[in-house]
Amino acid sequence: MSNQRNATNHSPEQYDALNHSVGIVTPQVQHFDQPLALVSGKTLKQYDLVYETYGELNAQRTNAVLICHALSGDHHAAGFHSEDENKPGWWDSCIGPGKPIDTNHFFVVCLNNLGGCNGSTGPNKVNPDTGELYGPDFPIITVKDWVASQVRLADVLNIPVWAAVVGGSLGGMQALAWSLYYPDRLKHAVVIASTPKLTAQNIAFNEISRKAITSDPDFHQGHYYRFNTLPSKGLMLARMIGHITYLSDASMGEKFGRERKTEAFNYGYDVEFEVESYLNYQGERFSKMFDANTYLLMTRVLDYFDPASDFGGSLEKAFEQATCGYFVVSFSTDWRFSPERSEQLVEAMVKAGRPVTYAEVDAPYGHDAFLIPTERYMAIFSAYMQRIVREIEA
Amino acid sequence: MRADLKLIEPWIKSGSQVMDLGCGDGTLLAHLQKCKQVRGYGLEIDEKQITRCIEKGVSVIEHDLDSKGLKRFADQQFDTVIMTQALQAVRRPDVMLEEMLRLGKQGIVTFPNFGYWRCRHYLLWKGKMPMSKSLPHRWYNTPNIHLCTFKDFEELCAQKKIKILNRTVVDAQFTQSRFAKMWPNLFAEFAVYRIAR
Repeated sequence: MSNQRNATNHSPEQYDALNHSVGIVTPQVQHFDQPLALVSGKTLKQYDLVYETYGELNAQRTNAVLICHALSGDHHAAGFHSEDENKPGWWDSCIGPGKPIDTNHFFVVCLNNLGGCNGSTGPNKVNPDTGELYGPDFPIITVKDWVASQVRLADVLNIPVWAAVVGGSLGGMQALAWSLYYPDRLKHAVVIASTPKLTAQNIAFNEISRKAITSDPDFHQGHYYRFNTLPSKGLMLARMIGHITYLSDASMGEKFGRERKTEAFNYGYDVEFEVESYLNYQGERFSKMFDANTYLLMTRVLDYFDPASDFGGSLEKAFEQATCGYFVVSFSTDWRFSPERSEQLVEAMVKAGRPVTYAEVDAPYGHDAFLIPTERYMAIFSAYMQRIVREIEA
Repeated sequence: MRADLKLIEPWIKSGSQVMDLGCGDGTLLAHLQKCKQVRGYGLEIDEKQITRCIEKGVSVIEHDLDSKGLKRFADQQFDTVIMTQALQAVRRPDVMLEEMLRLGKQGIVTFPNFGYWRCRHYLLWKGKMPMSKSLPHRWYNTPNIHLCTFKDFEELCAQKKIKILNRTVVDAQFTQSRFAKMWPNLFAEFAVYRIAR
């Protein structure tokens, strides 16, 4: 979620050599004219999806992997957009030649989801009905709607069955939804640091984030584009709150402790501690590159996710629909979507008789651990993906 | 194949559902998947073993039997629940046995016999807790916190009204010697028990 883990001072060429990068990549745009009926009852008449691909699709079309992004992610999962870009895509640690999602074997697709703010149709795009930006009129999307739109992209790319649908956090929810609503269109679902549904505490944090945005005087009920302004204070605050939930007490302690900005206290309310400085910086940077309406939408997508409710409230019944194999990973210090949440998924998968492999990785980085290439995480992720490679090549 | 696994194989029905508690590197499950087309899960706690299971294509679930027990798993979901060389290492073997037979229609258990003559000999002559190839740890760092003899195990089964359907006793090489057959509690080093309610 904080997508800056790969920050590096190397040039892209140096980075390529050092990190098995997919290299320079170019996003593509796919336009869809066929209306998409949404869970909310509303309809998107037409829309664009922006996506990137890495690796080569094999002749049998059996080696395609779909990457689903989380709250603040987008289609740029790996590689660089240009020679000048100094940071690779958000999951470059896991996608590339020789990495867990090995582009020597897999054809990888990653898209910016509907409602996003990095190219696909969303609140910051023009509503064809009004000629104005959608803003708050962009319909509420759910994970199920996302997956429906991803199915159409798979159809356009002529991918009948994904070798795997892979995602962390909110991305994991999409992988789960694929397996439940389109069971015959994937062989494996890789569900990392995810959950069957949000807890009251999760929703509470989201509500604070939304309140931070909507109470910013520059929000203008979501029509801030008209006023040529941005609710950046509110979005910054939302991100600061969110960011804390992505880290752990231990990782914050290790990174900042009680480090001070200046040697002596100033006995005032300006920044005194490094952790304050960091959060302010992260929040401010994010507020300049992300759309507040998209942020609101993403938190709601999270809140509404509860696939069991489509199957009489039973997760077990839900997984009885599935036909794929599951790989579920949690992280010991993730308190946003704790190991317990993943274990609930695993329990239901076993009761439904689905093949499932589960590991709880001991990592100090909280929820963000799914973006950080720690040793054991990479080892088991690679082992599982290699197993899929063997199945494809068998 | 590991000799003890060979003893287990005949008791597993083709295409059945199997749970292996403490599945190690997944050798048994991988073998049963291949030869008997079982649908299986393995529970394991050791990180390196879990990676090996994944490499073998075994559905392995990271799970601490002692702290989490088996309450997450449904009644009678499995045809067979297996526990090889781990019963003596869990905190409550008695509870584990009951749970095995709640989950599975039958259970298969293997464990080292503490009544084996070498153990008795060691204790009698050295006056110290027995150590051997199969029990290589010191008393203070051994994971085998609940060692028992065949007699102990069978008494527990009787007390819990658990039926012993089969018992194969073997020596250290997992071969079925004549002596071991005649006086198992003295001359057999391991046993494979098939149990049910």
